[in-house]
Amino acid sequence: MIVELGHFALVLALLAALSQSFFGLVGPAKGQASWMAAVRPAVYAQFALTSVALAALVYAFVQNDFSVLYVASNSNSALPLLYRVSAVWGAHEGSLLLWSWILVGWALAVALLSRSLPVEFAARVLGVMGLISVGFLLFTLATSNPFERLWPAPPDGRDLNPLLQDPALAAHPPMLYAGYVGFAVAFAFACAAMIEGKLDQQWARWMRPWTTVAWAFLTVGIGLGSWWAYYELGWGGYWFWDPVENASFMPWLIGTALIHSLAVTEKRGLFKSWTLLLAILAFSLSLLGTFLVRSGVLVSVHSFAADPTRGLFILAFLVVVIGGALTLYAWRAPVLKSNAGFEFTSRESFLLFNNILLVVATAAVFAGTMAPLIADSLGLGTLSVGRQYFDPVFLLPTLPLIALAAVGSHSLWKKGRLRERRTGILVALGAAALLTAVLVLAVWEGAKVLTPIGFLVGGWLLFSALVDPIDRWRRRLSMTPAILGMTIAHASLGFFVISVTAVESYTRERDIALAVGESGTVGEFKYELRSLEFVEGPNYDALRGEIAVSESGVPISLLHPEKRNYWVQRQQMTEAGIDMQWSRDVFAALGEDLGAGRWSVRAQVRPLINYVWLAALLMAIGGIVAALDRRYRRRGEAT
Amino acid sequence: MNRFLLPAGIFAALVALLFVGIQRAPNKSVIASPLIGKPAPQFELPVLGSAETFANESMGGRWYLLNVWGTWCAECRREHDMLLEIASRGEVPIVGLNWKDDPAAAQQWLEQLGNPYVIIPADREGRVAIDWGVYGAPETFLIDDRGIVRYKHVGALHPLAWESEFLPRIRGVK
Repeated sequence: MIVELGHFALVLALLAALSQSFFGLVGPAKGQASWMAAVRPAVYAQFALTSVALAALVYAFVQNDFSVLYVASNSNSALPLLYRVSAVWGAHEGSLLLWSWILVGWALAVALLSRSLPVEFAARVLGVMGLISVGFLLFTLATSNPFERLWPAPPDGRDLNPLLQDPALAAHPPMLYAGYVGFAVAFAFACAAMIEGKLDQQWARWMRPWTTVAWAFLTVGIGLGSWWAYYELGWGGYWFWDPVENASFMPWLIGTALIHSLAVTEKRGLFKSWTLLLAILAFSLSLLGTFLVRSGVLVSVHSFAADPTRGLFILAFLVVVIGGALTLYAWRAPVLKSNAGFEFTSRESFLLFNNILLVVATAAVFAGTMAPLIADSLGLGTLSVGRQYFDPVFLLPTLPLIALAAVGSHSLWKKGRLRERRTGILVALGAAALLTAVLVLAVWEGAKVLTPIGFLVGGWLLFSALVDPIDRWRRRLSMTPAILGMTIAHASLGFFVISVTAVESYTRERDIALAVGESGTVGEFKYELRSLEFVEGPNYDALRGEIAVSESGVPISLLHPEKRNYWVQRQQMTEAGIDMQWSRDVFAALGEDLGAGRWSVRAQVRPLINYVWLAALLMAIGGIVAALDRRYRRRGEAT
Repeated sequence: MNRFLLPAGIFAALVALLFVGIQRAPNKSVIASPLIGKPAPQFELPVLGSAETFANESMGGRWYLLNVWGTWCAECRREHDMLLEIASRGEVPIVGLNWKDDPAAAQQWLEQLGNPYVIIPADREGRVAIDWGVYGAPETFLIDDRGIVRYKHVGALHPLAWESEFLPRIRGVK
């Protein structure tokens, strides 16, 4: 009964979304004030109804209602409660419902916080968001209904994919979707501006906090996914250039470009059509990511539910949303030209280069992600693109970008002089050079060609970002949240580059075959397999190893990697044993059973790896802090 | 040429590409087994509840079904009545590959629900299932009188699949 109620609420939510988009888009065009006044209530109704639908599905999971096909396929009575809840978004149908709910959640936030916006403009923004809601709800109801019943009901469910039974992965999709869908707000702002044919600096000021917050969510979402892949997949890396990872990374890169381009549009009224294009692209790439993951066009370890009919629906949806927006762009953007000049080393030029490099990096990732598909479509056979391609083509534009940020964040609007900051920038460079020398020569052994370059540009950005706050502190000047947020984000990015450089340069890794009592060495580290025993979990049993690790004869860690057998899905899972130390991770994962009591053990020691994710988290915090700046709310207080 | 049209143009090309891509995407719900048209992988396994072993070679010259099942599999229970019906019609013998299962539980299951199988090789380690490319249970293979795999059904067998895919092949129509 509750389940049918959820289904019914979802149908009503579609009607609410339809009226939201109708009143929001037609109201301003016809100049009907009462129609425009109906937009906000439609958003509230859609939010309430979608919430009921989501709650009904959560209820079905918590109650183990296996007469619901989706529950039977993705849960089991032995599954712990936390994962019964997170199983709601463990597969396609529920993910879509969550997506729709987050989308209307953003629309609700816009509805509540847009009182200061002109009525027509707010109505149009919400109208565009309603149109996107219509597409997603229609998609859910027509091809991916999570409330479908299964008769006769099986005695028990098929369980959640064991890969997804993990706390980080319970939180990863909501965060990622919040980021993806958050770009819908920027997209809707861009469409509304194009429909009105008016785009001023005020517009950019409204849009900035929304874009930055969405970007922060996406940053956390990607970080969580990467962290999960590290300890759960048992491969030990943090990034694999997998199509699904790329699908989330491309909107992030474009979103980063958008944040910077918006700064120029707000402060100087420049880059207008470019900003519009980036806003359209960021959300388009989010949708494209969904398409790639859900259609099975690109085969990936992540695509759990691939289905060509669904792919066709999403493709049609892409054509309507992205095609519509780009057509609008081709028609309206020429009207929104900006005329003003700037000097070569002004902040505008630095941000222009920032945008160019980010777009080039995105294009490179895009090309690599799509290449297998292009080769296949043209009948050239299968092609796989790996890090041999991605690493160099990505670093080529991004390493200069980091150095550019170290200098450019001190540049001035319009003028080409770096003023008294020149000293600060050079001191930061000197400090970075010193740090590089210490790290390369004294701390770790075995630097590669790119190692000093990575440390140098990363360190430069890190120290350079601190120049401004130190300067302000010495001159007893206050810090605005905007500047503080920028400082945190830039410093974290520098820190991120240093950490990645350390991981990539100084990781010790080897696969060794061990029986109980045997040991093997990885560089200066010795791994000794002490014991192997069977243990039992709530819905799995496992072989648990105890591995003692010593460095140059000194014991440093005791690891407990597991090889788990999940009962229902009969799937073997690797649970890595990781000792997190302040400067490094000591890692062991059980690989294959080699017979005669010997196991292959994946032994790795990775310096600074946890700081890669910490830096990503700090970057996101920087974004949130910047979005809290008072000047974004000033007009709100005035009305 | 309007430069503002360029993004829309690039997007149109991309859509065309994705459209072609979709048409070629493998439909994962009916993964065609690479074994189809090839000789069935040979195996020799202990028989459930007995000291003897069974080799699938011994089925030579006869059509048979290889049904992969386990007591831990909810879908297998749903499928069981269908298997009993096929067995009662006697058109084709069913070999029941008991996959990664507890022998006692498997025997109890058959006592309670009835036994549709002519013989039950027990694949406790799951090695044979790997050779056969088993992705999950239940799965059912159709093997012809020359030992060639002719068809594979993923998920619980249902009358529609039986009548449209299995029977025509067995009767030599398809």
